[in-house]
Amino acid sequence: MKHSLTLTALAATGIAWAALTGPSPAVAQDSITIASWGGAYSMSQRKAYYEPFMKETGITVLEDEWDGSMAKVRAMTETKNYQWHVIDAETPDILQGCDEGTLEEIDYDRLGGRDRFIETAALDCGVGTIVWSTIYAYDGDVFPEGGPRPSTIADFFDVEKFPGPRGMYRFPNPNMEIALMADGVPNSEIYDLLRTEEGIARAFRKLDEIKSHAIWWSAGAQAPQLLADKEVVMTQAWNGRIYNAVNIEGKNFVIVWDGQLLDLDYWIIPKGHPETDLAYRFIEFASRPEVMANQSKYIAYGPTVKAAIPLINPDILKDLPTAPENTKNYLRIDAEFWADYSDELEERFEAWLAR
Amino acid sequence: MTTIVPTADIVRTADGVPLKVKLRRAERMRKIRAVSLIAPLFLFLAVTFVMPIGIMLFRSVQNPEVSQILPRTAQAIQQWDGEGLPGEDVVAAFIADLRAAKEAKTHGKVAKRLNYDLSGFRSLTLQTARRLPPPETPPSELLDKLIEIDKRWGETRYWATIKKAAPPYTMFYLLAALDRNFDVKGNVIHAPPEVSIYIDVLERTFWMSFIVTAVCFLLGYPIAYLLATLPTKHSNLLMILVLLPFWTSLLVRTTAWVVLLQTQGVVNDAAVALGLWSERIQLIHNRTGVYVAMVHILLPFMVLPLYSVMKGISFTHMRAAASLGANPLRSFLKVYVPQTMPGIGAGILLVFIISLGYYITPALVGGPRDQMISYFIAFHTNTSVNWGMAAALSVVLLFCVMIFFGIYNRFVGIEKMKLG
Amino acid sequence: MALPPYASPVERAWYYSFRVICALIFFFLIAPIFVIMPLSFNSEPYFTYPMPGYSLRWYDVIFGDSPQSILWQRAIKNSVIIGFSATLLATALGTVAALGLSRANFPFKGVVMAVLISPIVVPIVITAVGMYYFYAQIGLASTIPGIILAHTALGVPFVVITVTATLVGFNQNLIRAGSSLGAGPARVFFKVTLPLILPGVVSGALFAFATSWDEIVVVLFLASVEQHTIPRRMWSGIRELIDPTIAAAATLLIFLSILLMVTMEILRRRSERLRGIKA
Repeated sequence: MKHSLTLTALAATGIAWAALTGPSPAVAQDSITIASWGGAYSMSQRKAYYEPFMKETGITVLEDEWDGSMAKVRAMTETKNYQWHVIDAETPDILQGCDEGTLEEIDYDRLGGRDRFIETAALDCGVGTIVWSTIYAYDGDVFPEGGPRPSTIADFFDVEKFPGPRGMYRFPNPNMEIALMADGVPNSEIYDLLRTEEGIARAFRKLDEIKSHAIWWSAGAQAPQLLADKEVVMTQAWNGRIYNAVNIEGKNFVIVWDGQLLDLDYWIIPKGHPETDLAYRFIEFASRPEVMANQSKYIAYGPTVKAAIPLINPDILKDLPTAPENTKNYLRIDAEFWADYSDELEERFEAWLAR
Repeated sequence: MTTIVPTADIVRTADGVPLKVKLRRAERMRKIRAVSLIAPLFLFLAVTFVMPIGIMLFRSVQNPEVSQILPRTAQAIQQWDGEGLPGEDVVAAFIADLRAAKEAKTHGKVAKRLNYDLSGFRSLTLQTARRLPPPETPPSELLDKLIEIDKRWGETRYWATIKKAAPPYTMFYLLAALDRNFDVKGNVIHAPPEVSIYIDVLERTFWMSFIVTAVCFLLGYPIAYLLATLPTKHSNLLMILVLLPFWTSLLVRTTAWVVLLQTQGVVNDAAVALGLWSERIQLIHNRTGVYVAMVHILLPFMVLPLYSVMKGISFTHMRAAASLGANPLRSFLKVYVPQTMPGIGAGILLVFIISLGYYITPALVGGPRDQMISYFIAFHTNTSVNWGMAAALSVVLLFCVMIFFGIYNRFVGIEKMKLG
Repeated sequence: MALPPYASPVERAWYYSFRVICALIFFFLIAPIFVIMPLSFNSEPYFTYPMPGYSLRWYDVIFGDSPQSILWQRAIKNSVIIGFSATLLATALGTVAALGLSRANFPFKGVVMAVLISPIVVPIVITAVGMYYFYAQIGLASTIPGIILAHTALGVPFVVITVTATLVGFNQNLIRAGSSLGAGPARVFFKVTLPLILPGVVSGALFAFATSWDEIVVVLFLASVEQHTIPRRMWSGIRELIDPTIAAAATLLIFLSILLMVTMEILRRRSERLRGIKA
C-alpha cells in the first residue's frame, strides 16, 4: 500500500516538475517580463516596443498585467523573488517606492542622460514613457449633436442638465482635483487647498453630489466598456482608451478636454533585480526617439523624449493630450502631493465609498 | 511446546506475555499505525496551510518599522514622559536615525507607518528627511532646527505618536480593525469618523449574509420539500436542476449574472417586454445584483442538507396529526417542520458561514457599498499595502467564522457536511 | 405526494400554487446556466436576444491563434496541469489519512480532525493572503508547483470527509479476514479495502478536482500571467472586456460540470447498491 502511494505521490510531483520546467521567466537572458496596464494600451506597447525589441535582440518579451498596486513590487523586493524586470507605473507610486527602497535608482548615463527627456520625465526611480491624461467622455448617441452636450468639467457633475449614470475611477487621484475644478477652484490653487482639511472636505462634498449616480471602475479597459454597454452615459477615462474605441472600434464617443488632468507613465525596475542589465537594455530601446514615436500610431499618448516629438504621426497630433486646443483648461498632476497624501486620502476615499 | 505453568490469576497468551500487556501493545501499534497514516497529510497542511496563515495573522500585532528603522529613537523615547517636548537626546537620536534611514532608503516605510497613527505624518517625515540639519549641529539647537523645518515638530502629539509606534508589538491594528485607536495617554478611543468604516463593514457583512441565508431558506425549503415528497423518478430529474448549478463553476455563474443583469441585458429586456418595469433599471453594480447572484450560488448548499433530512421523514406522523383533526397547515408546522430542524440548522449555518467570507461575487457584481470584509482584506493587501491592517481584519473575520463553525460542529458535526 | 381525491378547494389551490412557486425557484436556479450558453454563439459582441446571427467566432478566440487565444490556451493547459496534480496529491494524502482516522482513537483526534478540515472553513481570502506572503518568501509564489500545493490543501478536506464517510460502514473484519488468509497489507488494501471505499475515494477526488478547477482567489494572489488559469482569465474578461468569449468559456465549463455531476451520481448509486442501501 505504502509503495503504491509513494508512486502516486511521485507521479504528482513529476507532473509538477514538468510544469516547472516549462517556459519560466527566470531562465537565462532569453526573456524579459514586463508588467503593464492591459487593454488597448498594452496592445500599443506590444506593437511599438515589444515586437521590435524581440526582432532586434531575439529576447522574448513576456507580458503581465497589473493594476498599479505596489504590493506586488514590494513583495518582490522584500523576498528577492522577482517576477517582473520592468513595470509601467504611475508617478506617486514611484516617488513612494523610491523613498521606501523598493525601486532601483535609474542610472541616466546608460540612457543617454536626463536632458534627452522632457521636463519631469526623468525621475530618480522612473523613466518617462508616455504623456497621458484623465478626461471624461460621453456617448454621442445619448447626447446627440444639435442638442445640449457636456462641454465643461462642471457638466460632469450636473446631473440635472445631463442625467444618467457616470463612470468614475475608483481612486482619489484624480477625483479630488476634478471635484475642486468642477467646484470652481482656480487650477493654481487646487493643490494648496487639498493640503488643508477644509479643501479635502470641500472635494468630498462636491463628490457627494454625484455619488449616487456613479459606477466605479478600476481597470482602464472598463471605462470604454461601460460606455459601450450603455451602463453609463459618460465616464472618466484615460484618453488613449477612448481614442481607440472611437478610431478602431468605430464608437460614437466624444471626449471633453476641459479640465483634463495631465500625467506621465514611467518604466520602473524593482530594486535588486539580478537582471537589471536586461531591464536597462529594454528601457534604452524604448527610449529611442524613432521607437517611441511609433507608439502614437497605435494610441493617442504623447512621447517623453524630446527628439521623438517631431517624429510622431501627424494625424494623431490633435488627439494628443498636449495639443494646444486640448490644453485650454488643464491641470498637471502634482506627483509630490500624491506621494505624500495618497495613503491617507486613499483610506478616506475608500471609507467614503463604502458609506 | 513446553508446558507453561499459569500464574494464578493472570491470563497469558501462548508466548507467556500477559494478555493485558499484549493487548495494550497491540493497541499502541494500532495507534502508531494510525498516526503514521495521518502524519503525512497533517504535516503537509501544517506547512502549506496552517503556517502561512499563522504567520500572516501574527502580522496583526507586529510593529517592526520604528523599532527597527529608528532603533535609537525607539529606545530613547521610552524615557520621555509624553508631556511637553522630548529632551535633546531623543531629538538627536531621531535625527541620526532618520539620516541613516534616508541613506538606506527605508525612511519611507517609517513615514508610512507613522501616518497610520497620525494623518500628515508621512509628508512631515519625508520633507524633514530631505532637509535634515547638518550632523555637526550642536544637540541643543536640534529641536529648534526641526521646528524651523516644520512647526509641527513643536507639537507634543507628533512626538507622542513616535513613542506609541515604538514598541515592536502593538494592538494598534487590531483596534483599528474595530474602529478604535489609542490616544496619547494610551486610552482606547474611537477612531475619527472619516476613517471609521470597519464596524460598519462588519455589520454589513453580517447583514448581507443574513439576508442571503434567509432568502436561501425561503426558496430552499419548498423545493427541498417537493424533492423529498415526489416519487423518486420525478425527484431525480428535478434534483439535476439543483446539482447542475452546484457543480457549475462559481465564476461561470457570476459571469452569467453579470451578463443577465446588465442594463442592456436579458433580464431588463424581458422585464420591459413583459411590462414588469417601464424603463431599464440598474440591477448590477448594486446590492440587488449581489443578493441575486449570491442566493443563486448558495441555494444548493441550503437545499441539499434539507433534502437529506426530509428524505428520512415518514409521513405517518402527518397523517396521524391529520386524523386527529389538525388542519394541514397546523400539522405541517407542528409535526413536520420540527422534524426537519437538523436540516434547517445545517443548511442555515452552512450558507451563513460561507457567505461571511464572500469576496468574488460582490467584487464582480457589486458596487463599493456592497463589499464585505473580505474585500477590505484584499484591499489592504494589494492596494494600500497595509499588511498589518489586512492581518487584523483577517483575525476579526476568522474569529467570526470560527464562532459559527463551532456552533455548526457542535450541533451538526463536521463529518455530516453534505457534499452533494 | 399526490393530491388526494378528497382534497378541499383550498388545498387544491394551494397544491397548484405550491407547484408553480417551486417551478419558479427551479427556473431561477437553472435559467442563468441555460441563458448564457446560446449567447456564446452570437455573431455580434452583445448579450441580448434575439441574436442577429450565429457564429463560432468566440470559440475561435479561445481555440484560434490570436494573442488572446494564446492566453486562453495557456490558461487551459495550466488549469489541467494544476487540477490533475492537486487532485492526485490530495486524493493520495487524504485517503491515507482517512484510513488512519478510522482505525483508532488517539490523543488530540479532535484537534487533528479540525486541522485536516480547516481549509474549507477558513475564508478563502485569508488563505490566499497568508499563502501570498509565505509562498513569496520561499520562492513558490508565481510558480505552478506553488499553486498545486495551495490547491491540494484546499481539496484535501473533501477527500478526508468522503473517504471517512465510506469507511464508517466499512467492516474491519474484512481486513482481518484478508490478513488471516495470508495476504500482506498491500494486497489487502488493493483487493479488499480499495474496491469497497473506491466510490468515496473517487467522489473525494472529483470534489478536489472541482475545487481546483474553480478556484480563483488563491490564483488571483499567487499567480502571475504565466500561471493564469481558466477562472483567472474569466475574471479579467468580466472586469475588462465583456464579450461573448467569456460566455463561450462558460459554456465549455458547463459541459465539464455536467460530466462531473453525472459521474458523481453514478458513483453515489453504485456506492448505495454496494452497501445495500435502497434508494
